[in-house]
Amino acid sequence: MIIQALAFYLFAGIMVASGVMVIAARNPVHSVLFLIVAFFNAAALFVLLGAEFLAMILVVVYVGAVAVLFLFVVMMLDIDFVQLREGFAKYLPVGAVIGLILLGELALVGGSWVFAPQAAQTVKDPIPLFSQVPNTEALGLVLYTKYVYLFQAAGLVLLVAMIGAIVLTLRRREGVKRQRVAQQIARNPKRSVEVKKVPVGGGIHS
Amino acid sequence: MTIGLGHYLTVAAILFTLGVFGIFLNRKNVIVILMSIELMLLAVNINLVAFSAFLNDLVGQVFALFVLSVAAAEAAIGLAILVTYFRNRGSIEVEDMSVMKG
Amino acid sequence: MIYVAAIFLPLLGALLAGLFGPFLRDRGAQFVSCGAMLIAAVLGCVIFWQVALGGQERTIQLLAWMTSGTLDVSWALRFDTLSAVMVFVVTVVSCVVHWYSIGYMHGDPGVPRFFAYLSLFTFSMLMLVTASNLVQMYFGWEGVGLCSYLLIGFWYDRPSANAAAIKAFVVNRVGDFGFALGIFGTYLLFDTVSFDTIFAAVGGKESAILDFLGMHLPALELLCVLLFIGAMGKSAQLGLHTWLPDAMEGPTPVSALIHAATMVTAGVFMVCRLSPMFEHAPWALGLVIFIGASTAFFTATIALAQNDIKRVIAYSTCSQLGYMFFAAGVSAYSAAIFHLMTHAFFKALLFLGAGSVIHAVSGEQDMRKMGGLWNKIPITYGLMWIGSLSLAGVPPFAGFFSKDVILESAWGAHTALGDYAYVLGVGVAFMTAFYSWRLLFMTFHGASRADHHVQEHVHESPNIMIVPLYVLALGAVVAGWVAEEMFVGEGNHAFWRDSILALPSHPALENAHVAPLWVKGLPTLLGLCGIALAYVFYVRSPELPGVLAARFRPVYLLFYNKWYFDELYDALFVGPAFAIGRGLWKGGDGAVIDGLGPDGLAATTLALARRAGRLQTGYVYHYAFAMLIGIVLIVSWYLFAMRG
Repeated sequence: MIIQALAFYLFAGIMVASGVMVIAARNPVHSVLFLIVAFFNAAALFVLLGAEFLAMILVVVYVGAVAVLFLFVVMMLDIDFVQLREGFAKYLPVGAVIGLILLGELALVGGSWVFAPQAAQTVKDPIPLFSQVPNTEALGLVLYTKYVYLFQAAGLVLLVAMIGAIVLTLRRREGVKRQRVAQQIARNPKRSVEVKKVPVGGGIHS
Repeated sequence: MTIGLGHYLTVAAILFTLGVFGIFLNRKNVIVILMSIELMLLAVNINLVAFSAFLNDLVGQVFALFVLSVAAAEAAIGLAILVTYFRNRGSIEVEDMSVMKG
Repeated sequence: MIYVAAIFLPLLGALLAGLFGPFLRDRGAQFVSCGAMLIAAVLGCVIFWQVALGGQERTIQLLAWMTSGTLDVSWALRFDTLSAVMVFVVTVVSCVVHWYSIGYMHGDPGVPRFFAYLSLFTFSMLMLVTASNLVQMYFGWEGVGLCSYLLIGFWYDRPSANAAAIKAFVVNRVGDFGFALGIFGTYLLFDTVSFDTIFAAVGGKESAILDFLGMHLPALELLCVLLFIGAMGKSAQLGLHTWLPDAMEGPTPVSALIHAATMVTAGVFMVCRLSPMFEHAPWALGLVIFIGASTAFFTATIALAQNDIKRVIAYSTCSQLGYMFFAAGVSAYSAAIFHLMTHAFFKALLFLGAGSVIHAVSGEQDMRKMGGLWNKIPITYGLMWIGSLSLAGVPPFAGFFSKDVILESAWGAHTALGDYAYVLGVGVAFMTAFYSWRLLFMTFHGASRADHHVQEHVHESPNIMIVPLYVLALGAVVAGWVAEEMFVGEGNHAFWRDSILALPSHPALENAHVAPLWVKGLPTLLGLCGIALAYVFYVRSPELPGVLAARFRPVYLLFYNKWYFDELYDALFVGPAFAIGRGLWKGGDGAVIDGLGPDGLAATTLALARRAGRLQTGYVYHYAFAMLIGIVLIVSWYLFAMRG
């Protein structure tokens, strides 16, 4: 038990610290790196909760894809990171107040909520024991049967995002030789080849 | 001591608040805003999974999965927009982005 | 059949000319309306023959109009002697005016419209005189008022004509309000508005009391006074007379028909028709005498100083109407109707003759710019003489008989008011003769004061305008001695039968027959004196009028400015009304209602929108901030609402 508590506090603490650094770091590359650390620790917390599939997915997708994407963009754009925080203090009071109010409310909720008596009965998909069904398999059993429509919808969302990203960022450069496959296939032999009568020994004058 | 649901919820709350701060406290560039959004989504995910574990219900994890995928999609699009904006404007200074002034 | 046809043929003419004017063109519209009117006039004579002379009275039920509880109003045509006489007068004079207008309105762009209005007016007037109940009479009353408005403002591109039309209508309205109150009161008292029923029940209501404006008043007196107010408005009596002179803005045939012969006599007709009621209301009769006599005198004084030929004749009409009213007031109703008939003939003749004069001098109406016309337009000159002689009451012309019997009745009433009326009436006779000959001399005699161009164009009117005048002249000459016996002489009871009631307690007409010679002769004598004086002033010594006017300048100004009635009304009623209107419009409607309503809302919306627009700073990060604030608010609300 104590190991669990220790592990929890360790991971949680590092996560919060790196969260703070994400915001506070001057160098945007550092910000992204601290974000990655935060993700890792969150994954660890997931493992502690028994959702190991989700933890791995977090690492693969979030760290492996999203954070790397962030890094690409940060490096690609010529960002001047010497910028100091001018005007940082302008919104600090209001921002701090809003944030603290939010925190306070969250604490209020956190401190006073209780499970409803019929909560146990409303469980939709009980988590089977790990010894019987591993987490991954349990998720799979539910995901492709009961929530298949949502699954397809999520796929559509990703498809749209992909198309959107391509459409937004595609750049056509002038003067670049590029294959235009449709044009090549639609080429008409009658228009592209011309038969010219050439006398013996004479060349072709176009 | 036993780590209960409350602990996880607190952690998530703190993370969420950090994300909120990040949105309007930054004066550097827009990428930090996007990263703060990711932090907030992470906090929500932690919440969902924690409830799933303590209520013994898989639905929480399924939902967290969907949130994850949508977050990824949204990050991609956001960054694409940012790239396009940078190409047109030449900077991603937060202070310069007032094209939609009404 | 002919009874219904006589009344409705003018309506048919009006509808055809009015609705199909563009298709019929001028000629067609004239043909339709004048043809219909001619047939109606012939039928009018036949009706007079059958009903008045032959005694075949009848009431023809046409249609039930309103039936509600005890209120039973129907469209019915009542033909007794009184209405037969009126139908005769109205149709004949209207027919003459229609035919005259063919010539007078020649070339005017709105000819079909004019004839439609004229015929519509005739129909309304006929409805008025053949009404069998008060509401139907009110319909005719309003109809003639409407047509008067339409015809006065016929040349609607003239602002003065429009203003005059509105003035006529509004002043009439004031009178109509009194009339309406009278009708309501009558219904309240008698539980019916039908004449037969009312007249039968009048005797029993002598001591009835009505509450009005918090006062307990004798019912019949109150009703008769209210009804008389309506008559005052329509017949331009003192107080509600201001519209008649301005009504001369309309074409001359209109002035002849409406403002001399027919519409303005509707008030006299109404008082005579309601004679059973008035006989039981001595105070009301007294008021009628007083108003009538005062109007006669007062308008005659104004006529002395006017320079517009039509205005002189208009004020003369007012004056003669006063005569008719005070005749009715002394219960000599038949004398009033007798004078109404003769007056219709000679006044219409005078107006149409004046129209002929105006036509001859290319539209000039100011007598100071006329003169020397008698040998250039001799027929018109002769006709004007006939009309003036009749008006002045010179025997044996028509006016002599009717005027004299009225003055004799006034004397014969042997009451203080009757004597007041007699004295004023005699003075008026003098003034009437004077201003009529003033008109004749200024217009036709002396050197011509018109300009050279006008003088060259002086010409007699075409036959289409002259021939109708012969008909009127015939009436102006013979109507008096032919009709005297029937109307006011020994045979008048057999003639009028039940259409007019004069109680034995009011013996004015009977006493008139036995009046001494000085009473009979004084008006005629004074008339001749008036003619002589006019001759002196305007032919012998033309500088005298100017001298007299300068000597008695205030009096002259008083007469010339119509006793300042228009100015008085302007200050009392018109000015405040406009001020209130303007205040309510600019202040009430404009500032308050519009300000709080559409304009205010629009301005507020703009202001709010402008302020809201400042929220759109363009900074994404402000937007994000706003979103966060929103989240915090929602969460707080949710927390505290759920808690509570």
